[in-house]
Amino acid sequence: MVYTQCVPELSHLQLLEAESMHILREVASEFQRPVLLYSIGKDSSCLVRLAQKAFYPGPIPFPLLHVDTSYKFREMIEFRDFYTRQMGVRLIVHTNRKALEDGAQPFAIGTQRCCGLLKTQALLDAIREGGFDAAMGGARRDEERSRAKERIYSFRDAHGQWDPKNQRPELWNIFNNRIESAESIRIFPLSNWTELDVWHYIHVEKIPIVPLYFAKERPMLVRGETLIPVEQPFIPMLDGEQPKMVRCRMRSLGCSPCTGAIRSDADTVPKIIEELIAARRSERENRVIDHDQDGSMEMKKREGYF
Amino acid sequence: MAALVESLEESAFAQYVATERKKDLLRLLTCGSVDDGKSTLIGRLLYDSRNVFEDQIHAAAKATRNRSAGALDLSLLTDGLRAEREQGITIDVAYRYFATARRKFIIADTPGHEQYTRNMATGASTADLAIVLIDARLGVLPQSRRHASICSLLGIPRCVVAINKMDLAGYDAQVFEKIRLEFSEALGKLGIREAVFLPISALTGDNVVRRSGRMPWFEGPSLLEHLETVPIRRTAAHTEFRMPVQLVLRPDHSFRGYAGTIASGRIRAGDVVTALPTRLKSRVKRIAALEGDFEEAFAPMAVTLELEDQLDISRGDLLYSGEARAPHATERFEAQIIWMDARPLDPAKRYILKHTARTVSARVSMRQRMNIETLGDESAHTLAMNEIGLAEVAASKPLFFDPYRLNRMTGSFILIDPESNATSGAGMMRALAERRDAGPVSPAERVARWGHRGAVIRTSTMDLALALERALFDRGCAAAVVESEQSARALERAGMLALRTSEGTRDGATGEILSDLEQEGILHARHLGSRGEGI
Ligand SMILES: Nc1nc2c(ncn2[C@@H]2O[C@H](COP(=O)(O)OP(=O)(O)O)[C@@H](O)[C@H]2O)c(=O)[nH]1
Ligand SMILES: [Mg+2]
Repeated sequence: MVYTQCVPELSHLQLLEAESMHILREVASEFQRPVLLYSIGKDSSCLVRLAQKAFYPGPIPFPLLHVDTSYKFREMIEFRDFYTRQMGVRLIVHTNRKALEDGAQPFAIGTQRCCGLLKTQALLDAIREGGFDAAMGGARRDEERSRAKERIYSFRDAHGQWDPKNQRPELWNIFNNRIESAESIRIFPLSNWTELDVWHYIHVEKIPIVPLYFAKERPMLVRGETLIPVEQPFIPMLDGEQPKMVRCRMRSLGCSPCTGAIRSDADTVPKIIEELIAARRSERENRVIDHDQDGSMEMKKREGYF
Repeated sequence: MAALVESLEESAFAQYVATERKKDLLRLLTCGSVDDGKSTLIGRLLYDSRNVFEDQIHAAAKATRNRSAGALDLSLLTDGLRAEREQGITIDVAYRYFATARRKFIIADTPGHEQYTRNMATGASTADLAIVLIDARLGVLPQSRRHASICSLLGIPRCVVAINKMDLAGYDAQVFEKIRLEFSEALGKLGIREAVFLPISALTGDNVVRRSGRMPWFEGPSLLEHLETVPIRRTAAHTEFRMPVQLVLRPDHSFRGYAGTIASGRIRAGDVVTALPTRLKSRVKRIAALEGDFEEAFAPMAVTLELEDQLDISRGDLLYSGEARAPHATERFEAQIIWMDARPLDPAKRYILKHTARTVSARVSMRQRMNIETLGDESAHTLAMNEIGLAEVAASKPLFFDPYRLNRMTGSFILIDPESNATSGAGMMRALAERRDAGPVSPAERVARWGHRGAVIRTSTMDLALALERALFDRGCAAAVVESEQSARALERAGMLALRTSEGTRDGATGEILSDLEQEGILHARHLGSRGEGI
C-alpha cells in the first residue's frame, strides 16, 4: 500500500537539523555571494555547526561576517578569534569607525541611536561593501513577536529594509531567491528552532560556546532586578554606587553596556536547560535594548537591523 | 564535582532528555474567516498549557485595548506586527512553538482576510493538521470553504473543525449540530472525510485545553487532548527512495558527493540508485556525514551520497530507486494552481518555475477554476489573486516528479513572475494521464491526432467566431462553432476546438488570435495538416 508508513520517525531535533541543512545548501547553490552573519552567540555557534554538516567533507563555502560595535564583551572577541581559527573559516570583521570617532556610545547618544549606527548602519555598509546578495543569520521565530512573522528567506529592498506587509509567500521548502541588484535577502535557517532546541542541540553536539553563558561571580551594577555588566569605563554610576560580585550569567549576548545578566547558578549546559525549563520569562527580556517602546524590534527590522 | 554533575543528570535534565527523545513534532495551522477567533485560540492554547512567558503576558496586557476581550486580549500574544495591532487583524502567518509532555507543536496562525490568502497557503504547505475555525453565530462562511479547499489541495492529512464562540451561542448542541452537518457536506465535496468537529470557546477556554462542564452533551476530547494524541501522518506517503540533488560536493579529487534532502523512502550503503535525466545506475558507496558515515538514511534527512561510479550528475537531477513506480520525467503535466499575485495569471507569459532543485521557465494554460460558493469547477483561461484552478503546464525542460498526493516534496512547485520577482503561484502536480476524464484515449494521443489541444475559444462576436472557424480549418485544425456550453465541453474533451460567443472575451484580427492561441500552447506553431501522424 502506498499510504503505509515505512520510514522511522525522526526526532524533533533531527527534523530541525535536516530543515536547516537544506536551507544552507540552497543558499550556497543559488546565490553568488552569500555570507553568514556571525554574532558569536549560541545561535551562531549552532549555525556554524550545521554549515559544517551541510558541506562535509568540504569546507564551509562562505565567509563569516561579524559586525563589531567595539562594545562586545572581551570574552566574546576572544572566543570568536579562537573558534573561527579552529574551524578554519574565513572571518570578516566590520566596524563603523566613523561613528565611533564621532562618539557613538549608548549613554551619550541613547541605546536606539547607538544601535542604529553601530549595528544597523554597520551591517548595511558591510553587506554593500562586500557585495553580498544573501546574508544568513541565526534569528529564531520564537524570540520576538515580529520575528514570528518573518519568512525564512526575508526580502530586503535596495535600502536594506523589510516590508512586513508585503512578504513573498513561502511554500514547502521551495524558496524564491530572485532579486535585482542592490536588493538582498536575509536568510534564517534556524527560524523554527526554539531557545530550548538550541541548548539541547549544543548539548548533544557538544558545541563550544562563549563562557559568558555559564554562571560565575562577575562584577555587576545591581539596579533592582537588572544586572548591568561593568566592562566599559563610561557606564554612569549612581551616587555611591559600587559594582558588586554577583553569581550570574548571560541569557543572550550583545554589547556589554546594554545586555543585562541574570542571577543564576547554571554553570553547565544541563543546568542551563534545567533553568530554562523552569523559566517564566523570555530570553530577550533582559536585553535592555528591547525596552524602549512596544514593537521596537519591528521598527529596527524595517530599518534594516538584522 | 563529578558526583554533583551525576546527581544532576538524573534529575530534571535527565528526565527532560528522556522525554524529549520520545516527543514527536506536529505542525498545524489555524484558519477560517476573519474574527472567527484564530489568534485568540492560539493565545488560549499557549496560555492554558503554560507556554507563555510572564513578560509576554505583561506586554500583551499593556497593549490590551479591546476591553470586551476581558482583562487580557489573548490574540495579542500572536498578533505581532504594528499594523496588525492597530487594525486588530492578522495579516501574516505567525509561527508559535509550544510543547506539552507528549508532543512538540509548531502552530501557524494564518490570516482570515481574503486578500491575505497567500499567507494562509504559506502556513498550510508544511502542516500535518489544520484547524478550521467557524464562528458559532455566523456559521459556514465563504472563507471557511476557501480555506478548507486550500487545505485539501495542499494535502493536509488531518482536519479539525473547531466551532468557536459557543459562549455566544448558549453552549447549544443544536447550533453545533447544524454547522457540523452543513460543513461536513462541503468537506465531503473537497474529499476531506475524516474531519473531527469540536465545540469550543477560545475566549473562555471551554474545551480548548480542558473539557468543558458547560457542554455536557459533547462527549469528545478537548482540542489539546486531540492534538496530543492524533496519529501524525506525513504526506511523503511514498515509500520509494527519492532525492533531488541540491549540490555536488567536490572538496578534492578523491571525493564526489551528491548532497540533498531525502524526499521519501530510505537508502542504505550498497543500494542501487538511478539518476534522472540520464537514467544511469550506480550503487551507493557511502552516506558521508561529519559525525561518521551513516549505514542508512531516510526522509526527510539531509544527506550526502557518494556513488561507486562516476556519473554525470548535477544540481536539479533526481536520484531514485524502485522501477515499479518510477518518477515522471516530462515537460508537460497538470497542476492545481493557487494564484497569489495581484497581477492575474497570464497564459502567454513565461513564468520562472522552481521545482525541487530545478529552475525552468514555463507556460501555464488554465482549464478550470474552482467556484468557492459551489465548490464546483468552471472553465477558465486565467486566475485572479486567491483563485484556485486546474492547469496544464508546459515547461522548457523536463521535470522529475511524483503526483503531489503521493509526495509533497517532489510534486510541488512555485511560479515566479520574471518581471516583478514575485512568488505568483504555487502548484501541485500530477501526470497528464491522471486526469479525471481519462478514458481509453489519452489527451496526448488526441494532440497527436489533431495537432492541437482541445479548447473552448470564446469570441466577442459571431462574425469573429465564423472567421476563426474558417482560418482554423484552413490550418488543418478540427474546429466548429457551437451553441451550447455542453457541446463546447464535449468537443474540447474530444481534443477539438469549440468556438463560442460570449461577452468580454477574445477580440481582434483572426491572425492575432491565432498567434495568441500558439502562445498559450493550444495550437502548435505553424502546424499545417499533420493529421494522423505520430499515432
Ligand atoms: N465571545 C467570544 N469571543 C471570542 C471568542 N474567540 C474570539 N473572540 C473574539 O472575537 C474577536 C476576534 O478574535 P481574533 O482571535 O482576533 O480572530 P481572528 O481574526 O480569527 O484571529 C476578538 O474580539 C475576540 O476577543 C470566543 O470564543 N467567544
Ligand atoms: Mg488573527
